[in-house]
Formats: sequence, C-alpha cells, structure tokens
Amino acid sequence: MAHESSYVPGNVVEKWIDDRLPIIRWSKEHLMDYPTPKNLNYWWTFGAILAFMLGVQIVTGIILAMHYTPHVSLAFDSVEHIRRDVNGGRIIQAVHATGASMFFAAVYIHMFRGLYFGSYKAPREILWILGVLLFVLMVTTAFMGYVLPWGQMSFWAATVITNILGAIPVLGTPILELLRGGFAVDNATLNRFFSLHYLLPFIIAAVVALHIWALHVPGNNNPIGVEVKSSRETVPFHPYYTMKDLFAIIVFCIPFAWFVFFAPDILGHPDNYIMANSQVTPAHIVPEWYFLPFYAILRAIDFNILFIDSKLGGVIFFAGAILVLFFVPWLDTSKVRSGTFRPVFKWFYWLFVANFVFLTWLGSAPAEGIYVLLSKIATAYYFIYFIIVLPLLGRFETPRPLPTSITESVLAKHKAPAAAQPVAASTSH
Amino acid sequence: MIKTKSIIGALLVSILFAAAPAAAQEGHATPEIHKEAWSFAGPFGTYDRNQLQRGFQVFKEVCSSCHSARLMAFRNLGEKGGPEFTEGQVKALAAEYEINDPDAEGGKRPGIAADRWPSPFANDQEARDANGGALPPDFSVLAKARGTTQPFPWWILNYFTAYSEGGPDYIHALLNGYVDPPPHGAEVPEGKHYNTYFPGHALGMAPPLSDGAVTYEEGETGSVPLTVDQYSRDVASFMMWMAEPHLVARKEAGFQVIAFLLVFAGLMYLVKRKLWSRVEH
Repeated sequence: MAHESSYVPGNVVEKWIDDRLPIIRWSKEHLMDYPTPKNLNYWWTFGAILAFMLGVQIVTGIILAMHYTPHVSLAFDSVEHIRRDVNGGRIIQAVHATGASMFFAAVYIHMFRGLYFGSYKAPREILWILGVLLFVLMVTTAFMGYVLPWGQMSFWAATVITNILGAIPVLGTPILELLRGGFAVDNATLNRFFSLHYLLPFIIAAVVALHIWALHVPGNNNPIGVEVKSSRETVPFHPYYTMKDLFAIIVFCIPFAWFVFFAPDILGHPDNYIMANSQVTPAHIVPEWYFLPFYAILRAIDFNILFIDSKLGGVIFFAGAILVLFFVPWLDTSKVRSGTFRPVFKWFYWLFVANFVFLTWLGSAPAEGIYVLLSKIATAYYFIYFIIVLPLLGRFETPRPLPTSITESVLAKHKAPAAAQPVAASTSH
Repeated sequence: MIKTKSIIGALLVSILFAAAPAAAQEGHATPEIHKEAWSFAGPFGTYDRNQLQRGFQVFKEVCSSCHSARLMAFRNLGEKGGPEFTEGQVKALAAEYEINDPDAEGGKRPGIAADRWPSPFANDQEARDANGGALPPDFSVLAKARGTTQPFPWWILNYFTAYSEGGPDYIHALLNGYVDPPPHGAEVPEGKHYNTYFPGHALGMAPPLSDGAVTYEEGETGSVPLTVDQYSRDVASFMMWMAEPHLVARKEAGFQVIAFLLVFAGLMYLVKRKLWSRVEH
C-alpha cells in the first residue's frame, strides 16, 4: 500500500532536519497518514491495546526492578517490601502482576481475530510469523517474571517447566543445567531469570517494530478480507484510528483497574504468598491461567509413541502446539480470507475456540481420571484443526460470494440511507 | 450476525478463562467454607478500627506466643487505615519487647516503633521443637496464602464481586472447625487435632481459643461477645490487615480511577463518534 508522502517541511529547521534524518517525514507517513481500511471493527483495536500493555509492563517493571532483590533469601520479602513500604508500590506491583494477565487476554483475542479473518494469508505471512514470535517471547518473559516473587508456585513452576527441557535427547541435560545455573532451581536460576526478564521486553519491543513495519507494507487486512482497491476505502490512521484505539484502550483499562484495585490477587494462586520451599511440594502445581491450554497439551501425552517416551512426547506436542502456528499461512489453503464468507470454516473455527477454552480448564484440572482422556481428545482437535481441517477446507468448501470491494460491502450495510457521500482519505486534512 | 456471534464467543472465552484457575481447586475432601460478611469486602470495603484493635489483642495474647509476624513493624500499628493506635501507644507497646541487636550492649535493647514484630522462636527448628514437630506459619501474609473454593458455577461470580476474602473466611472456619472427639471413623494421630476445614483434618495446633479467653475492654460501642466466633472474626480481620495494610487506600484510589475511566471512556466515545460520523464505514 505504497503511498505518496504528503509531508512538506513547515519551516527551515524542519527542512534542515528532513534533509539529514527524515524522521518527521517518517512519523507523519507511518503514525499519521498511514492509510487504514475504514471498515475495521473493534477486534482490530487489540493491536493498539497490546502496544499500550507492553508500555505499561515496561514502565512498571523498571520501577519494580529499582526495589526488587533477586536473591533466594530476599526476593520474597523484597516484593512484600514493595507492597508495604514503597510509595504507591502496592498499585505498581498489582498493575504489573495483573497486567501480565490482561496482556495475555489481549494477545489471545488478537490472535483469534487473526485466525478468524485470515489475517495471516498472503501477503501478510511475515507479519503473522513475527506475531507468533512475539507470542513465544511473551510466554518466555511471563514465565520468568512469575518466578521472581519466589513464592511456592514460582519455585515449583520453575522446577516443572525447566524439567520439561530435560526430556530433549542428548542436549536436554546440558540445556537444563545451563538454564538453571546448576542441578536444581536455586539462586543462580533466580538471578538469570531476573536478568532475562529485564532483557526480553526490549527484544519484544524491537520485534513489535518489525511487526508494525510488516503491517505497513501490505496494509491492514479487514473484516471482509477483500484488499483495499482505492484510497476512498481508507482513512488516515490519525485521527480516525488513533482516537478509536484510544477509546478502546480506555475501555480495556476498566476491567484492568477493577482487578488492580479491587482484586489484585484473584488471578494468582494463594500458594504464591508462601515463600519458596524446596522441601514442600504444593498439593496442585498450576501455572498461571494463560499457560493452561499448553500445560494441558503437555500433560495429555502420557503414553509412549514408538521409541519416543511419554515425557519427550509431551514436550514435542507442547512445542508443536506453538510451532504449528508458524505454518498456518501455508496450512490454510482457502483463497478466501475472512471467516465471514466461509460457512463450513465457521463451525470448525468456533469449535476450535471452545476447544481452546476447554483446554484451559483441563490444564487447571488434576491429571487424573476422566480429565486425562478429555485432554487427549481436546489436544487431538487442536492439532486436527491446523493439520487436517484448514488444508482440506480450502479444497472442499464453497465460500459465499465475496463483495467486490470494501465500498460495496459498506454500501450494502447502509442500504437504507444509500445516498452515501463518498469520503476520501485525501479530503480529511 | 457475525457481530453477535463473535461477541457471544468472546464473552464465553473470557468467562471460562477467568474461571479456569478456580476450577483447579475442585474436588478437595474438605467441606465448602461459608463466605462471611467482612467490613473490608467489596469495592467500598474498609477495616473496622475497633475490630482490628480487638484482633490485635487476640494476636498478642494468644497467637503470637507461637506464630511470628516478621514483616509487621510496630509503626504499622499506628498507620492510617489500620488499628490506628496512637504514637504513644505504639512506642509503649514496642518498649515492652526486647529486640536482638548485635550493636546494643548485651545484644538486646528495648523495641522502638521502627522495629519489626519479634519472633517467638529463634529459628524454624526451635519452633518445631516447641510445637510437637509442626511449624507454626508466619502470620505476615498468611491471610492471603489461604483461600476457599466454590462449586461451579458460583466461582464465576467471584470475578465480578472482587471476592478476595478467601483467607479470612478460611481462618474463621478453621478456628471454629475443631471437633472433639473426632467424628466416627476419623483417625487422628497422637498430638494432632481433628479439624473439619484443615486439608487432611489432622491439625498440629490445639484449639487456640476458648470462650472468655481474651477479655476485651469495654468500648463506647457497647460490649462485644467474648466467644470463639467473635475472637476468630476479629483475629482474621487483623490478619487480613497485616497481609494487606494498604487495602483501604487501594480501594479508595480504585473508586476514583474507575470513575475517571468511565467518564474518560464516555468522552472518548463521543470524540470517536463525532469523528467517524463523516465516514461511511
């Protein structure tokens, strides 16, 4: 969606800067004029919400790091020190801790939006892949962050999850020991996790920059999945989407604030208020809610597959559940992007969503009895959706007729007052 | 059509996501713990100063002989939103205690307001030796380290009522949950005590409270019953304050923040609508 730059330096200083580092020109093009389809719905505001959340986490995290002590005998108390004695500390800490949950809630909605509207299809494959990479980085960062308060769940989650890596043949044990900095989760683990937890968000920010770059080359997908045909189908990003996104961010902040101020611990586990103790194993070791679907997949593989034992099998499926996302652009063979025009796809898609929620629940259930069987079924569908349903649907499904353009679809929506006056991006400023 | 469908879908997703962690704890053998009415529950909750002072008295006279509270400083007892003892009371109270201080002559000195609450035992091993092998947990954040579970679908409501009083509910239930002699068929090892609400039912702690064990001062609000039920409510409230000393300030700030966000969201919606009214979308 290349477009002519409309930037004209306003004065000599701007002209001088523009000749040397055209950063103002660049900002105007990408942060203001960027042509955005005018028919985006509110599901598209989650990109901005995620950028906002990354900012919130980085700012609160930097402040927390000023008061936190990464040492096994001091970490737990230093977090309590923040909650009790640091000015505003209770709120900053709660924003950071519940912020992780809100961040994941937003990223899941963002990803499911992409899956429904086919936002990963050509020419947006790299955009999607960078997104999956961001998700992997987020998972890693959140996991390491959860270890830092050094409560019982912190410690045991670190133990269980790092143990997973030990299942990798040959390299498993060296990787495990490198990650832990020893044979068991201890002070060295806490120190390196703190260091990496501080580093990764900045890598995330860099990949976000690439993600947005990859977005700005082909431009946004949109709810009907038909490419923009003319500039009349777009509006400049500012003020139309800056204001809409800001509205969405503020609405998103309401439940966020609800948790921060009225129930800051409801999304966590009471056991994390008990200091880490390697001699006492909690009755249930449960990860944070946002990891539960993948935790359920990990535990579902409790049988050996040929020469692969169940532990390694679990790791393969666990990793596969995320890795498969990288290949979605090629697994989905349908030429139609938007799920709106795919009658059969819709059923499988909503079943996939329900199945994902079901996996979340299974991840929190004890690994016994009926839950084990249900986990296997749900895990199977997770993979069937990507590996069998998406490739075959493209061949056998007859999509509903697509509107020829965004304009046509918009006009159809407003049939009654159809005397629509055309709105062009160029007239709005 | 797609909109309604997706909204329903999203709602379902968010409800079930939010609900999942609670589901984790289903299936314990202990009976469901009743939700008590606490003055500090809900968005407008505040601590009852008199109750915290009574709770502190129970803690000081009964619990603190075995349980430590290493994160609580004497000065906290005088802070706003807590028991709010006067500065003089806090200083006098602190001076009653001897604090280990290697810099002081003889290694001990009288406490000052800035000192932390002295622990009854020098270390965990001593605490175990004095308590039949069981370690009395530290009280500092204990009220948040315990919780309750509700059966499906009632736990979904917790996210909408901001239910955060699982700890006090559990503590209250536990203190009133002793059954002596144990119910028929229950085996309780030597030195343990049957408690309905303790996981496994065999609790190392003997019933710590009995009716009339602590004598409250007569206040202007009239007399408070000297019963185990009353003591346990008071001490559970005090423990919640100890674990969450800034709860009141936090909730007050929350009310302002949410009111601000609602107004701001309303204004931004008008901005957005006005702006987009020029665009057919």
